[in-house]
Amino acid sequence: MLSPQSRPGDPQITPELVSEHGLSPSEYQKIREILTREPSFTELGVFSAMWSEHCGYKNSKRMLKLLPTKAPWVIQGPGENAGVIDIGDDLALVFKIESHNHPSAVEPYQGAATGVGGILRDIFTMGARPIAILDSLRFGDLNSGRVRFLFSGVVQGVGDYGNCVGIPNIGGEVFFDKGYEDNPIVNAMCLGLMKRDSLIKGEAEGVGNLLVAVGTATGRDGIHGATFASEELSEDSQSSRPQVQVGDPFTEKLLLEASLELIHSGYITGIQDMGAAGITSSAAEMGGRSGNGVEINIDLVPVREPNMTPYEILLSESQERMLVVVKTGHLKKIQDILTKWELKADEIGCVTDDGLFRVTEGSRTVAAIPCLALTEGCPTYEREGKESSEIKNLRSKDLSHLKTRSSGYEEIFLDLLGSGNICSKRWLYQQYDTTVRTNTVIPPGADAGVIRLRENNKAIAATTDCNGRYVYLNPRMGTKAAVAEAARNLVSVGALPMAVTNNLNFGNPLKPEIYYQFREAVLGMSEACKLFETPVTGGNVSFYNETSGTPIYPTPVIGMVGIIDDTKYLTRPFFQESGDVILLLGNNTDELGGSEYIYVSEGLVAGEPPAVDLLAERQLQHSVLSMINQELLQSAHDLSEGGLACALAESALGNKTDPFGVDIILQDRLEPIPLFFGEAQGRILVSCAKNSSNQVLQTAKDHGVPCRLIGEVVPASNGFRIAGRTGNMELDIETMSNRFFNAIPTLMDKRKES
Amino acid sequence: MSRLRLEIRVVPRPGLLDPEGKAIQSGLQSLNYSDIHDVRVGKLLLIELDADSPQDAIDHATSMCQRLLANPVTEDFEIKLLEDSGNSG
Amino acid sequence: MKVAIITFPGSNCDYDLYKCVQLVGGDPEFRWHRDSSLGKVDAVMLPGGFSYGDYLRAGAIATMSPIMEAVKEFAGHGGPVLGICNGFQMLCEANLLPGALLRNNSLLFCSKEVALSVENNSTIFTELYKPERKLRMPIAHAEGNYYANEETLAQLEEEGRVMFRYIDPQGKSTDGSNPNGSANNIAGIINTRGNVMGMMPHPERAVENILGSVDGLDLFKSLLNHISASKKV
Repeated sequence: MLSPQSRPGDPQITPELVSEHGLSPSEYQKIREILTREPSFTELGVFSAMWSEHCGYKNSKRMLKLLPTKAPWVIQGPGENAGVIDIGDDLALVFKIESHNHPSAVEPYQGAATGVGGILRDIFTMGARPIAILDSLRFGDLNSGRVRFLFSGVVQGVGDYGNCVGIPNIGGEVFFDKGYEDNPIVNAMCLGLMKRDSLIKGEAEGVGNLLVAVGTATGRDGIHGATFASEELSEDSQSSRPQVQVGDPFTEKLLLEASLELIHSGYITGIQDMGAAGITSSAAEMGGRSGNGVEINIDLVPVREPNMTPYEILLSESQERMLVVVKTGHLKKIQDILTKWELKADEIGCVTDDGLFRVTEGSRTVAAIPCLALTEGCPTYEREGKESSEIKNLRSKDLSHLKTRSSGYEEIFLDLLGSGNICSKRWLYQQYDTTVRTNTVIPPGADAGVIRLRENNKAIAATTDCNGRYVYLNPRMGTKAAVAEAARNLVSVGALPMAVTNNLNFGNPLKPEIYYQFREAVLGMSEACKLFETPVTGGNVSFYNETSGTPIYPTPVIGMVGIIDDTKYLTRPFFQESGDVILLLGNNTDELGGSEYIYVSEGLVAGEPPAVDLLAERQLQHSVLSMINQELLQSAHDLSEGGLACALAESALGNKTDPFGVDIILQDRLEPIPLFFGEAQGRILVSCAKNSSNQVLQTAKDHGVPCRLIGEVVPASNGFRIAGRTGNMELDIETMSNRFFNAIPTLMDKRKES
Repeated sequence: MSRLRLEIRVVPRPGLLDPEGKAIQSGLQSLNYSDIHDVRVGKLLLIELDADSPQDAIDHATSMCQRLLANPVTEDFEIKLLEDSGNSG
Repeated sequence: MKVAIITFPGSNCDYDLYKCVQLVGGDPEFRWHRDSSLGKVDAVMLPGGFSYGDYLRAGAIATMSPIMEAVKEFAGHGGPVLGICNGFQMLCEANLLPGALLRNNSLLFCSKEVALSVENNSTIFTELYKPERKLRMPIAHAEGNYYANEETLAQLEEEGRVMFRYIDPQGKSTDGSNPNGSANNIAGIINTRGNVMGMMPHPERAVENILGSVDGLDLFKSLLNHISASKKV
C-alpha cells in the first residue's frame, strides 16, 4: 500500500494524541494492522471520525442487527441516507429521523437549525422532494431560565430553517422533565416523496467518474463534530462553540432544487450530503458502497479560510455541501444547472478502481486507506449491560397510597392540563409554517400529522413518540409502549402503520447500566416492530447524552409512517357534534407507575410503567381502522399521558375555537385516580353518531376488542362531567381551556424575569 | 483609485417602534441595568471599495444606501470613512 | 388568463400559487427572476417564500432582479399584479406599494389561521366578495407588521385602499386579533390605480375544503372574471 508522506507541521503521533482522537490503544493497533504501517496525522483524524460512534455505530451496530428491517414494501432499509418504502402507484416514500442533541445543548438555535438542514439533505439526496418535517424534542423544567433559553432557541431554529426552505412541519412532540435539564433532545424527522424510479443512492459508481463538491465552500466550522457527538458534555462544552456549524437555509433551498434537477438530468450516478465527518465520510461511504475507490485532490476543494490543512478540510462539517459523482464528460452540463441556482460545483477528485480512500496534496499523498476499512471495518462492540439497582428500586416502589384521594380531583386535573407534557403545544407550532405546499390536511396538534398526495388522493400520516420515563423505569416495556403509541396515533387518524425510523438517544454506552437500557430498548422495539409489521428502515444513534456524569432518560424515539387509502377516511381527534356518543376501546386498569399524575402531584418518577400487550394492541389497531374504513367514526384519539380524563379534555377542547363539553359515566371498579389519570396502554377514545354506535360495538367485538359506550358529547356550556363509582369531576370548559392553551405562553413570558 | 473602507450604519428611524430593541431593553433591565432609557437595533455594514477619493467613496455608498441597503420608509443611514483605510490599493 | 408566477431564489409558494391558478381555470407559467421579459401575460403574481433568505430586509434583494423592471413596466401599463406574503414585501420594497413590512411585534414567526374582513370589494381582486363576508385563511410570516407614516395611512384609509383587515370572531379589528402589530390591523393594500395588490395572508392556501377553507378562491376568480371580461370588450 502506498505510504503517505507526513506534512511539515504535523504533530507526532503519541498515545495521548490517539486518545484525544477518541481511539483506544487496541483500535489504534487495528489501524496499524490495516495499513501495515503507522498512520499519518491526517489519517488518524480520518479514522477518528469514521470510527466514532456517530459514523461507525461501534457500540450499537451489533444490537441494531436484531431489528426487523424487511417487508415486501421496503425498497431501501438501513445503511443508506434514508429508508424508502413503496406506497403504490409507482410512488415511494423516503423518510428518516436524526438527532442534533449535542450541538443544540451548546447553541440551541444553530444546533436545531442545522439538524433540520441535515435531515432534509438526507431526503433529497435520495431523489425525493421533502414534503414534511416533524420534530421530537425533550427539555428540562420550563421554570428554569436556562431551559427556557434552550427551548425557545431550538423551536426558533427548527422553525426558521424549515420555514425558509418551505417544508411544512406537521407534528412531533415535546416533553419536559428534569431528566433532560442539561441535555435537550433535538430529533428531526423528514418525509420525502418521489417516483420509484428516481431513486438514487450514495454510491461512487463508474471508475473515472468525477467527484464534484457542490454548495458552500469548506471552512473550519464543526471540525470533529462527529467525535464531539460521541463524547459526554462537560462544563467545557460551553466554550467549544466554534465547533457548532451555522446553517444557511437559503442555500439549502437552492441545493434542494438543484439536486433534484441534477438527479433527473441523468448526468450523475451518486450524490450524498457531506454531513458528519464531512468530505471524509461522504467520499469513503460512497466508495465503500460501490466497492470502488475515491481519490481527492485537496488543493481543488474550495475553502473559505486561508491555510487550511488537509486534516481540517477532510474533517470540516461546514453545512450545505454535497458530494456528487458526475459521469465523465458531463461536468459542464451539471455546472450549468448549478449556476442557474447560483451554486458552485468544483471537481475535487475521481472514482478509482483500487478501493482506496486516497487524498493528495500537490504531488504528496496524505492519506491512503481502504474505504471498506473506514466503513465496514469499524470495530464493533457488545458492552457489558447491568441494570442499575437504583432504578430497580424506583420501579418496585409501592405507589398504592397514591391511588386514593377523597376529593380535589378537579384541582389535580387542571394541574395536569397545564403540565408541559399534556398542555397545548400551540406556542411552539405557531412558529412553524404548517400549511406551505398546500397538502397539509391534519396539521400539528392531532395524534399524527397528515399530508395528502395530489397524485392519487391517498395520504401519508407520520408521528414521533417515546415516553422516556417509561423507558427509564423499564426499558423493554417502555420501548414497546413507544412503538405501540406511535401505531395507535397513526390508526387514530385512519392510517395503516407501515414502517419505522428510530432515534436512539442514550447516555454513555460504556457504563453497564446505560448499555443495559440500550439493549433492552432494542429488544423491546424489535419485538413490537415485528408484531406490528413495521420494519425499521434506518435511523440514528445518539449516545453520550450526559452532563457531568448524569445521563438523560433513555429515549428511543419512534418515528412511524402510515398510509391512508383515501382522504375521505381522514379522522381527527376532536369531537365534531353535540349528541354524538363517546366510546372507549380497551381496558382501564389501576396502573399509575411512570405516570404524569405522580410526577405532577408528587414529583415522582417511579413504579412499574403500564404494561403493553402487543397482541391486544394489534387487534385494537385493526378494529379502529375497520371502523374508520366503514366511515363510522366522527373522531378517534389515542390515550396517553394524563389518561382518560386528559384524552377526553383534548377531544373536547379541540382547536380552542369550537369546544364541546362531555357527560361521562364510568362503571369501572377502580379508584377515581387511576380511573381518571392512569395511563393504561391499548386504549383509544372514539365518538360517533348515535345510530352508528351498535356497528362500532359490533366491529370491536368482531376484533375481540373490549369496547363500551361511556357518554355523550354535549355543548360546551353544559360543562365537562365525569362520574365514576366513587368520585366525580365537574368543570367548566373555559377554565380548562385557559389552563390547557395558556400553560406554555405563561411560562415563556417569565423569560423577562430570568 | 485607492482601496477604501467604509462603515455604514443602518438604524430604525426615530419614533419607529423597534420591538427587538424593546426586548433587548427589558432583557438588560432584568439583569439590573435599570438606567436604560432606550435600545435601538440596527445593522452595521463594512464595505471595501475602490474609489478616486474619499468623497467619491461616500457618494457611492450613499447611492447604495438609497437604492438597497436602507429602506427609506423605516430606516436612516450613516456613512463613515474608516481611518485605517490605507492606500493599499 | 395567462399568469406569470415569478420564482426568485428562495421562493417557496410558487408551486402552490401555480396549482391554485390552475384550479380556478387560469393558465399559470413560471418566470425565472433572471428573465428580463414577462412575455405576453394577463397578470403577474409574486409568490411567498424567503427570496434571498430574507437577508438584509425581506424582499429587498429580490427587487434588484432583472425581472422586476419588467414587472414595474407591466404594472405601469395597468397590468394586474398580486404579491402574497414575501411578494407583498417585494412590492413595498419596489415602491409599487407604499409602506413597509416590519418584524412581527412578537418577534416570532407566526403561522396560524386568521380571520379577515374584506374592506373594499370594488376592485379587480375582490369583486366577488360580499362586503360583509368574513374570510379565514392562513398567515405564515415573521415580517408582516405593516408600517406607513401617519399621512400615508390616512390616505390609504381615505381612498379605500385598505383591502383586508385582521378581525376577531365577532368581526371587529382589535389588538387581540392583530397577529403581528400591523398599523390599523392592515393585512392587505392596493395602489391608487387599483391594479397592484399586496397581502400577507395566503389566499392560495385556502382554495380547497380539505385544506380547511375555500375563502381564497373568490380572489383568484375575481381576477379571472375581470380579465376575461376585459378581453371580450
